[in-house]
Formats: sequence, structure tokens, C-alpha cells
Amino acid sequence: MHKLKLGKSLILFLALPLFLVGCSKDHAKITIVGSSALQPLIEQAGNDYHLAHLNSNIIVQGGGSGTGLSQVQAGAVQVGTSDVFADTQKGIDASKLRDYQVAVVGIVPIANKGVGVSNLSPKQLMAIFTGKITNWRQVGGKNLHIIVINRSRGSGTRTTFENLILKGKEAVNSQEQDSNGTVKKIVSTTPGTISYISFPYANDPNIQKLSMDHVQPTNQNIPTNKWPLWSYEHMYTKGKPDKETAAFITYILSKKVQRELVPKIGYLSINEMKVTRDSQNRITKVGGAHE
Amino acid sequence: MNKHEQDLQEVVDQAIAQQKVAHVKFKKIDPESVDITRLTSQSKETRQERWGKGLTALAIVIIAILIVAIIGFVGVHGLATFVNDKVNIFHFLFSSSWNPSAGKDHVGAAAMIVTSFAVTLLAALLATPFAIAIALFMTEYESGKQTRFLQSVMELLVGIPSVVYGFLGLTVIVPVIRTIFGGTGFGILAATLILFVMVLPTITSLTVDAFKAVPKDLRQSSAALGATRWQTIYHVVLRAARPRILTAIIFGMARAFGEALAVQMVIGNAVLMPYNLVSPAATLTSQLTSQMGNTVMGTLPNNALWSLALLLLIMSLVFNFLVRLIGKKR
Repeated sequence: MHKLKLGKSLILFLALPLFLVGCSKDHAKITIVGSSALQPLIEQAGNDYHLAHLNSNIIVQGGGSGTGLSQVQAGAVQVGTSDVFADTQKGIDASKLRDYQVAVVGIVPIANKGVGVSNLSPKQLMAIFTGKITNWRQVGGKNLHIIVINRSRGSGTRTTFENLILKGKEAVNSQEQDSNGTVKKIVSTTPGTISYISFPYANDPNIQKLSMDHVQPTNQNIPTNKWPLWSYEHMYTKGKPDKETAAFITYILSKKVQRELVPKIGYLSINEMKVTRDSQNRITKVGGAHE
Repeated sequence: MNKHEQDLQEVVDQAIAQQKVAHVKFKKIDPESVDITRLTSQSKETRQERWGKGLTALAIVIIAILIVAIIGFVGVHGLATFVNDKVNIFHFLFSSSWNPSAGKDHVGAAAMIVTSFAVTLLAALLATPFAIAIALFMTEYESGKQTRFLQSVMELLVGIPSVVYGFLGLTVIVPVIRTIFGGTGFGILAATLILFVMVLPTITSLTVDAFKAVPKDLRQSSAALGATRWQTIYHVVLRAARPRILTAIIFGMARAFGEALAVQMVIGNAVLMPYNLVSPAATLTSQLTSQMGNTVMGTLPNNALWSLALLLLIMSLVFNFLVRLIGKKR
């Protein structure tokens, strides 16, 4: 008798996931996958949205920009998020995707506190990251070997940094770290290190933010492109989004989210931008078309 | 008496003659009184037995399909680099130029292969003497409270998630290495030290089993010949347990080879051929975990990562094979 019970409960146990999957189909499910930089914003917005629309079901996952783009292209998810333009990624047919730019995030070069440098020119940055300058003395700092910490190959932040600063030149082969947090931790504790992180992570007294050509890395300098190191945060859908997905994207682009949540997380509202940038890094003035 | 019963009686008589059984008496059964349907129909126990067999078979089939699917999936994706993208397999194994997004001339995994083997071998080399010492202490010298204490310590070490080890490495070991050796502190040495702690319990508990499996008679005979305890351990116990100890080491190495997260946090992830123990490097697993999310399915960079995964899978099969081989020799 005992054995029989065990068998039955085993079958029940195996069948349980099927039931659970079946149940969740009652609600309109929106799955959003991709950029880990955009994840906190979408997660928070998703929670707020759920409170107002109780039958909504928004699932947010990280995984990286590449995952986001390939999953949305494959039709596996409703929205793929990315830090980079889809048409710059090999293997992605951007013409099939719709691009919704929902926020702007700045990127700042950072160094260890002890290097004795707080300002670099873009040319010096390029020379450091391509391995031509190897000592802080060469850029007016202390006699200290430069240790470059890069982000993982293909990460959105790294792609943006390399497009805008290295301009297509190959970066020196160096340490790579997966996350903003780890990069910050390493730079704050290791003498001679240099790296770059996105603005929301940069407010830390233990690291030296580097200005470029004496322009301070602040959110005020981004809308005019005075601080040129920034990228869009994209939400991509495959073709026209369905009704629920469209409603959620509209919510993300609404004044409420753009004015309150976006700055709170450390991003810049898309509405504040006075210039636009396309995937070839061409800058165009908007001239107050938004506000 | 029919023919059948006569045969039986004969056997019984023989047994009695050989004094195997004392006395057997046959009772005649009236054929009319036997309930034939009850005897020929399935009993409840048989049904249970069938149920159990069926369930077990089902589970085995599911697992088998799963394994074949995993190997097939990783194989197809991993081979795409060589079949679709026409990367030379020798180039992949022996070149250390790794930048798949730059084209097929930059798909060389040698630096990662070397680093993976280096951390694995070093961790095993470092952990084995400690493991043997602890195991000897637990089986040959103490068998009471201390052993139970050590046992629970080992179990605790196994239970700690690898991210915790990685974080400890990042905040404690890396800075220590940096202050002693300079540089960033990231590298093979840091990874080895972390893996040492992670594989130690695996190797230790399997070595304990190895010593326990050595028959008591051997120790007693050795003692009877006048050998000291150390002589017994060195010449008898260690020799007798050697195949099992080797198995233990290989199990530990398999664990070290496949460990991803903790290693990724302390190795530095620079795909460079390591030239010393404190220069940043990258293992197969650390590259896989840090890059998979950034590549687009079906492109060369993605396929190249699958090739790394295939290499890992093959290595774990090799480790398994080695364990079986050593087990057979015993």
C-alpha cells in the first residue's frame, strides 16, 4: 500500500509543473529579458504597474543585451532590452525589431584614488585603453603602473565605451569583470587601476571619477552632449507589440515614470535630451521638440 | 501417487538417506478445494511490483533522454564553430588569440585550457596532502569526538555555496595576494586557494572511505609482525587504499575543473596565456559564465562559447572514465 501511494504522489509531483504553467496562462504575460543595466528600472516600474493593473503579469529577467536581442528576435519573449543599438549586433535583423528608447545613462571613467589624476583627454583615455600609455606618470600622475580593468566583451557598457572612446581600435587584452559593482570594488582597492562604470554606480567616495577635457561627468552635461559618454537604454519588440506590451511600454514612457522613477534610479529621462544619436554615433540636435 | 509425486518422494528419500533432512510428510490436496482463479490471477503484491518497475523504468527513460538531449544539444552547438564557421580545430585548441567577435582567426582557447588545467591540478596537489592527513587522523588515530567534529566541519564546507567562497576570495584572499606579490592579486593563485577549500571536503571524505575499506586483518597482521603504527599506515594502509585515493583526487579535480562562479570572481578574466601565478587569467568556465549573456545566438562568438562548453563536457566525461578505469583495476 505504501509503495502505491509513493507512486501516485510521484506522478502528482511530476505533473505539478504542468498545472502551474497552465494556470499562469490566464493573465496576459509580458516577459522582458536582457540588459542588466535596465533591469532595476523595469522591475520597479513593473511592480508599480501591477498595482494599477492587477491582472498584468510582468516578468523581468537579466541575462545581458545579447540575450535580450536574440530572445526577442526568436519571438521567445515580448520585450528584449539592450544598451546597444540592435543594428550594431551581428546576427540580429534590426529591420524586424521596433526600438523604444526609454532612458539615457551616462558612463564615467574611474580610477583608483591614489593615481594622482582627475582629468584626462579622450585621446589619453584611448591611449591607455589600447595599451600605448602604461604609466600614470605619462598623463601627469604618480609613477605607477596602469592596470586596465575592462568590462566583459560584448557588454553594452563596454561596446558604448569602445565605440565612443576607442573609435574602433582594439582594446588591450586585460582583466575583464562582469558587473559594475565588481569593477567599482576592484578599482577602489587596487592601486593604479582604471576602468569605467555607469553613472548610477559612480557616487562612491572611494573611487576617483575622471573628467574629460575638464567637463564634469554629471547628468546636467549629458542632454547637450557636452559629456559625450552616454548610451540609450532600448526596449525592443518584434514587430508591432501586442496590446498589453504596448500599454506597458507607454507606461514606461509616461511622464510619471520618466519624471520620478527614471531619475531616482540614476538614469536620465529620454525627454530631457536635446540631441539624438543614431547607431552610427551621429549626433543631431532636437531643439526643444520634446519639452 | 502420480508420477510427479513419486519423483518428489524419491528426492526426499535421498535427502533423508544423506541425513540432509530428518523427516518429510506429504499431505494430499483435494483438487476440488483449490481456488484456481485466486492462484492464477495477479496478487496485490505482484501489481505493486509491476507498478514499481514501471515507474523506475519511466524515470530511467526520462533521465536517459535528458542526458542524450544535453550531450546532443551541446555537441551540435559546439561543433557549429568548426562545421559552419570553418574554424580549424587545431587552431581552437592551440592558439591563444581569443576575440571571437573579430573573426574566425581569433577563436583560440589555449590560454583558457591551460588556465583551467593549472588551477585544477594545483588545487588537487595542494588539497591532497591535507585530505590524506585529515583522513588518517580520522580513521587511524582518533575515532571518537574529534572525528565526528571533523566530519561535521567537512560537511559544512561542502554546504557553503560557491558564491560565498568567491566573495571571500574577492574580499580576503585577493587583497592579501596583492599586498604580498603586488599586481592586482587576481590570478591562478587566488583561484587555486579558493578551489583548495572547495575540493578539500570532497577528497577528504572519499579518502576516509578509502581507509575504512582497508580490511582490519591487514592492520592486525602488520601489527603482529611488530610494525609500528606509522609503518603500518605507510606500508600497508596507504598502499592498499591507493586506487581509491586516486579516485578521490579525480573526483576533486572534476569539481575544481567545473567550478565557475567562485573562480570567475577571483581569476581576473583576462584571456591571456598565464605567465605566472599572480597574473590575471581566465578559465573555460569563467569565460562561459561572463560572456554567454552578451552574445547573440547562432553567431560565431556564441558558437565559440558553445565549443568551450563542449570541451568542458568532454573533460567531465574523461574524468568519469578515469574514475571507472581506476575502479576496475582494483
